[in-house]
Formats: sequence, C-alpha cells, structure tokens
Amino acid sequence: MINQALMEEYQSTNLEILEAESIHIMREVFAEFEKPVMLYSVGKDSAVMVRLAQKAFYPGKIPFPLLHVDTGFKFPEMYEFRDNFCKEIGAELIVHKNEEAMAQNANPWDWGTVKCCSQLKTKGLLDSLANGGYDAAFGGARRDEEKSRAKERIYSFRDDRGQWDPKSQRPELWNLYNSKINKGETIRVFPLSNWTELDVWHYIHLENIPIVPMYFASEREVIVRGEQLIPVEEKTRLQDGEKTERVMCRFRTLGCFPCTGAIRSEAVTLPEIIQEMMVARKSERITRIIDHDQEGSMEEKKKEGYF
Amino acid sequence: MTEENINIDEMLQQNRDADLLRFTTAGSVDDGKSTLIGRLLNDCKCIYEDHLEALERDSQKLNRKLDFALLTDGLKAEREQGITIDVAYRYFSTPKRRFVIADTPGHEQYTRNMATGASTANLAVILIDARHGVLTQSKRHSFISSLLGIPHFVVAINKMDLVDYSEEVFDDIRKDFESFSAKLDVKDLIYIPISALCGDNVVNRSDKMPWYDGTTLLRHLETVHVSSDRNLIDFRFPVQYVSRPNLDFRGFCGSVASGVVRVGDEVMALPSGKKSKVKEIVTFDGPLEQAYPPQSITVCLEDEIDLSRGDMLVHPLNLPKLERSVEVMLVWMSDVPLKINSPYLIKNTTNTVRGSITDLKYSVDPADLHRVKADTLELNQIGRANIELFRPLICDEYTRNRTTGGLIIIDPMSNATVAAGMIIHRTEGKESIRGQEKDAPTSRNITHVNSLVDSKLREKVLGHKAATIWLTGLSGSGKSTVGLALEHRLVQEGHACLLLDGDNVRSGLNRDLGFSADDRTENIRRVAEVANLMNDAGIIAIASFISPYRSDRQNAREIIGSDRFIETYINTPLDVCEERDSKGLYVKARAGEIASFTGVTAPYEEPEEPVLKIPTHELSVDDAVDRIIVELKAERIIS
Repeated sequence: MINQALMEEYQSTNLEILEAESIHIMREVFAEFEKPVMLYSVGKDSAVMVRLAQKAFYPGKIPFPLLHVDTGFKFPEMYEFRDNFCKEIGAELIVHKNEEAMAQNANPWDWGTVKCCSQLKTKGLLDSLANGGYDAAFGGARRDEEKSRAKERIYSFRDDRGQWDPKSQRPELWNLYNSKINKGETIRVFPLSNWTELDVWHYIHLENIPIVPMYFASEREVIVRGEQLIPVEEKTRLQDGEKTERVMCRFRTLGCFPCTGAIRSEAVTLPEIIQEMMVARKSERITRIIDHDQEGSMEEKKKEGYF
Repeated sequence: MTEENINIDEMLQQNRDADLLRFTTAGSVDDGKSTLIGRLLNDCKCIYEDHLEALERDSQKLNRKLDFALLTDGLKAEREQGITIDVAYRYFSTPKRRFVIADTPGHEQYTRNMATGASTANLAVILIDARHGVLTQSKRHSFISSLLGIPHFVVAINKMDLVDYSEEVFDDIRKDFESFSAKLDVKDLIYIPISALCGDNVVNRSDKMPWYDGTTLLRHLETVHVSSDRNLIDFRFPVQYVSRPNLDFRGFCGSVASGVVRVGDEVMALPSGKKSKVKEIVTFDGPLEQAYPPQSITVCLEDEIDLSRGDMLVHPLNLPKLERSVEVMLVWMSDVPLKINSPYLIKNTTNTVRGSITDLKYSVDPADLHRVKADTLELNQIGRANIELFRPLICDEYTRNRTTGGLIIIDPMSNATVAAGMIIHRTEGKESIRGQEKDAPTSRNITHVNSLVDSKLREKVLGHKAATIWLTGLSGSGKSTVGLALEHRLVQEGHACLLLDGDNVRSGLNRDLGFSADDRTENIRRVAEVANLMNDAGIIAIASFISPYRSDRQNAREIIGSDRFIETYINTPLDVCEERDSKGLYVKARAGEIASFTGVTAPYEEPEEPVLKIPTHELSVDDAVDRIIVELKAERIIS
C-alpha cells in the first residue's frame, strides 16, 4: 500500500501535467504521421509550442519545420523576432505568403476583414499545407480562447479541402488519438488545448521563454477608436477626424497590425503581466477584431479551414 | 479581492502548486446544467466581462433571459436549437485547484460524447431536477461514468428552490438514486441539495436548508482527494518512439502510464521479454532519479535491447497481460453498426493492432442495466464483446489501469473511431466459473516468484516455526472460543499469531460467498491461501471454520503444506452443540429458516486422522488450549 507521503511525492502541479500532456501529443504526432509541420505565428502561444517541442524531442532537434503563414501585415518587431529566434534555436523556418492575393493588394480596409482573412490567412494556410504535402499541422490554439474552440478536438480532422465539420467530429477518448486519414486529408493538432491564457504566461515566466517585446508595455503611437487602441504602422489608415496619440500600452495577443488592438497597461515585466491577467475582466480576444466581424465568426472561419 | 491587495508572488505560487481536477457534467438544458456551470464560473469570477456582454446580447437575440447555456453551447447549431451536441471544455480555477469541466450532452443520441468527456474525468456531477427525481438520463450518465471508471460521483439535486427546500424531497431522491447506484461500481458518492439559479450550496452555503450539514459543491470539488486514484504500483511505460539523434544516444520516449520507475531499476521489454536496467531518465530540464505518471520522459537502458513503438517497459515482477484475445465493454460510436468478424484496427496505448470482434455476449440498457441478447451494437449502444487480435495487446484490466486498459476501435475503411472499449476480466460477472478452474490460475502469464528470504531466517527472527492450526467442527462446538483463547495464549508468550474466524472472513474477504457446497469450497480455499501466506510470513495461523467437507480440508492441507497443517477436530457432539446454540442458529435451522445448516440439513464429514481431538464438553477452555500447546511443542513449532 502506498502511503500518503509517497502520494504527495509523486504529485505533479497543474503546469507539469499540462506540459506532460502536450509533449505526449507532439510525440504521438511525430511517431504516427509522415510529414508533420508546426504552424508558427510568432506569438506567445507559438513560443510555448516551440519550447514544448524542444522538450519533447530533446536531446534531438525539433524534427519538423516551423511554418509561418505571413500576411505581410505583421508588426516589424514580429518579423525581426521571428528571424532571430529561429536562427538561435536552429529551427527550420518556412515562410508562406499568398502572393497572388498580395499582388492584388489584399487589405482589410478595402476588402473587409472577412475576405482579407479568408485570402491571406485561410487560403495561405491551405495552400502552404498542400504544397508542402504536410499531413499534420500543429497549432497553438487553446479551448479557453473562444467558444467554438472549446468544442475542438486535440486531433481535429480536416477533409481534403481543409474544412472542419463541427457536427461530426471523431470521438476522442483518454489519450488515444486517431491518426488515420486518407491522402489529401489532414489533422490539425492542438497540444495546448487544455492550457489557459494564464497557464501560457505563467509557463513563459517559469521557463524564461523569449517573446516578442510588444507584449510588454511601452509608449506607443496609437489611434483611440472606441475602446480599442489601434497601433499606428506605416500603412495604417486614419479615419476622418482621427488623430494619433502616445499611450502606455501593450499587446495581449499579436496578429495583423490593422486588426490587432493594444490595451492600456503599465506591465513591463512578466509578473506584472501575469498580475494584470489575474485581475483581467476582459478576454484576450477582445482586441482581435476578426472574432467579432460576424455571428459565430470563428466557427465560420474554422469550417473553411482557418485555425 | 481587489487589485491592490494581490500579492503576485503568492498568486504565482498558488497557481503553480494548484493541482488539477477534471470533471464532467451531463444533463439536458432543463436540468439546469448550464445554469450550474454558469453559476460556478460566475461566482468564482471566471467569466470575462466581454463574454458576459456577448452572452446578454445573444440571449436577447434569442428572446431569452440571461442564458448561461449560450456560454458553453459554442456551436451555431447548438445555440439555435438550444441543445448541447458536443462536449465543450471549460476552464476555471480557485486558489486551491484548477478545474476542467467536460460539459457533455445528456441525451441518448449523444452517449458517445458523454463517454468521451468521461474518459479523462476524475469526478462526475450528476444533476437531478428536484421536481422530477431520478430520470433515465441521470441513470444513463451515471452508468457511463461508472463504466468509464470515474471514481468520484456528486449527485447534485438541483432546483431545491422550486420544492421549498424540502428535506423530504431530497431524501426521497437520494434513496431512489441509491437503489440504482448500488448496481454500479462507484467508489465515492455524495449528495448535495442545490439551487444553481439562486446559488444555494453551489459556491456559497445556503441558509435555506438548515437540515443539510454537508459541504457546498465547490468546496467538495476543491477538496475531494484524487491523487490516490492514480495507480502508482504497476509500472507501465508504453514506448512512443525511439530517439536516436546521434550514434551515441538511444532513448525510449513515452509517458509513464502508471507506477514509478527509478534509475537502476531492472526492467523488462514486452513483448520480447528481454531484461535490462534503467541507465538514465533524460529530460530537457536535466536527468531525473525517478519518474511517475503522467510525466513524459526518455528512458535510456544499460543494454541494447529490441524495443520500439507499441512495445512496453515494465518491472519484471509486475507484468501486464499479453493477450491475443480480450474481453471488453464497448461503447459503440458510429452510425455504422458493429460487424462481427469484420476487420478493425484496435489502438491501445501506443500499439495499433488489426483484429476483429468475434463474439457479442449482450448489450446493456443503461437505464435499468438489464442485459439484452444482441447481434450487433448500433450508435450509442453499450455491450460486452470478445476481440481477437492479430498481434498481442500489452494491457491491464481497465478497473486497475485506465491507460493500459482502454482501447479505441477504428474502421480501416472510413478511418472513423467507431467504438471505445474497456478491458475487463474474462471471468468478471460470469456465473459458475468458480471451481472449474481451481487448479490453474486464470491467466497464462503468471510466473511464480521465489523469495530471497528462506523460512529458516524467518524462524530465527521470530523465534518459532510457522504452522496452521485448523479447527474444524460443528457450529457451537467451541471452535471460536478455543481459537480466541489459543491466540491470546500464544501472543502472550511472545509468538506471532493470528486467528482467522469464519464469521469475520465472511464479512470481508469472502463476503461475496454464500453457503452452497460450491461457495463453502471456495470459502475454505481462500482461507487456506491466506493461512498459507501467513505461514510464509512466519506467522502461526489459527483457522476456525466448520469446514464440513473432507475434500475441502484435504485441499487446504495441500495449499498450506501437510508439514505445517495441524488438523484439530473439536469433536463436541451435535446434541451438546444444539443445547448450547450460542447464536440461536439451530433453532432457526430446525424451523427450516436456514436452508443449508451443517449437522441439521447439511452433512459434516468427520476427520479420519486428526492430529488432535478436543472434546470441549469434557474440557475447560484452558485445558483445551494446553493440549494444543503441548502438541505444538511436541512438533517443535514453538519451544
């Protein structure tokens, strides 16, 4: 009989359990798929994903490439961070752009966010997966982010057009994941499914994981639009009567600059960010304009093949 | 809690130390399940303002009051139809614990989703509407939860506000549920009267039910002890893949499914049976001395042995089963019904094997647990089946190990996950299996282990030899009285000794046995095995059992070994025993109230050559004990 003291000795913390689960998932994918790829968005969740992959395959290197679907609308700090970071850890980085749509000057101001996302992100992603012949793609999505994501499996089956059918998902029991697919079909894999935003930040803090400096507060040039702080970049368009101002702020999530708002914040260290998180009364995706552009917008985008 | 008085270090520490509880809730909209989840999240301050605002907007759009269901029903189709189609996972935390809620649909057509949510849960919240009592849906949820091995149940009797917070209503439902749950395999079950709508006993204690002195739901969720549910005994390490980053390194990657492994441990690779030792436990964060579930690690061995994905590392003295044929409880999850003898893929741990379902024994109606003869299983049906495999599975029974005992079945044509299976013991629940196999262990994979300590060494440590004094005789002959006095004397004189008494054993170890000839035989066999173990440990055993059949006593003699089996016949005549009738049993037997009573309606076969005869109608208790002590000394058991 194992006594109480031993039970406690063999007790794992919440973050340790989450880490172990994510590593287990990554190893399953590597063992069962022919050509996996890790989607890399340069954000904090991607940073955690890369660290988990390093842990899963240590002392080996990450045995699959990182794929960045680039819309051309990311913040300059993100590109700089991406290139340095990948070089530093010796990861293979593939950057894919939907050149055709970019040549037609795709942008959210003229095209609207729905169409712009669909071309630059969704089509970009589907094309790059098809071109690379990848049968499994890791994504850093979490179930706590958005209500349709709360329904997503860890192995999310996509048909040969990359579409998600929320009504007939494969049952997923224990840690037994079904990796069987036909040619052309893919599995999106979400190792961070059970993590929360707080877990991600706490893990970044404990593990000293490098992240894009934009997550920390600094004084930035922004447009105050309702409750949103829209960062001003080279291509940002001002609406009539709008003026830019300098505000102490930071980003809770990082996406395309026309569609990502900042929040007022004084947090310049990770503990300060976490403290802010713990008392936050608004979800992180409030600053993502695309989540709110139509009823059930995330679900619609995901059905088409978006992450 | 205000922003100012939060100590960030303390919070981080809390968040870091918090453990994790995964629980399921099931029920339809009407049971108030979503309201309950909304209440938990809301009262724990875990709903973001923008989510709450969106909720208000969505509720208005659908012409409803603030409807928490819209929080968890994330799919468009679910919101439109007001039903839950698929499992939704919700996360919240308190300073004590992190929680993952698997919010599952309760309707029959979503049994598979319920099973999915239950597979990883530690606890199930069964919601019952106080106005309607125990409905089929609650039974279905409970049955599936117990089938999937959830150890802790909370029956939350909801909407108490609508029944005037009545204790009587609560008690009636509780009794009703108890009569159902007695048929289930549930370790821990509590009942809490709540009102999710009004918040009674959910997060905050209610003052409306002074008759209830138990805990609130949240408090129970925060404190229920789950770490001991893990199996830390049987080391099982299914290999996910072999890591060979360079010629000098060969490590086996995987998660510890159960048990504990340490550097230096002798391990065996299955199915090859090759042994080696653990050289190193490698992780990115540095080497470990030991690893336990659910850690993900890389194990390096001393020797180069054949081991790859699908194989398992175990301790050589604690082996799983290696089976080409397993019996399972299946939950069918596909629109396409089960096809007997069709090829399927079976995935168990990291091992995927071809196989087929060769025999369907019955299906179970979750509502009343009746077994029905069945030729197939359709979507959401549950049944017991036999699976034959082309290559062996390395597995355990599900009740012992949820990781190595669970499997999924995949249709190789459609690639769909068509069923989930829980491996059960082949003889579990079978009738009249006992006796047939008494000579051979049920599993073919049992290897006898020899102790490094010999009996001489034990005798030296304890100062005496081990033996079993087997007291046989009629009911009322004085076996227990003599046995108790003998035990007392031996222990007083400094000997290790324990009395095994019929009635005591029947209320514990053998409580599943009755008084038929078969059950009496099994009763004696088990007692003999226990006495044998005690003797092996060096202890003197006194077995006080009527043991009326010669063949049973002979069997006990063989189990224990004739050199340490001291058959002692308490030969008090029947009329004296009946005269004494200390337990009033003879009166009942003569009145026909006891079907099978030794000496009255069942035979007693006298020992032919007992070592001792003790006529208690002629001897005092002390004299009886003296006679046995003299015999023990003569046999040099004690000095």
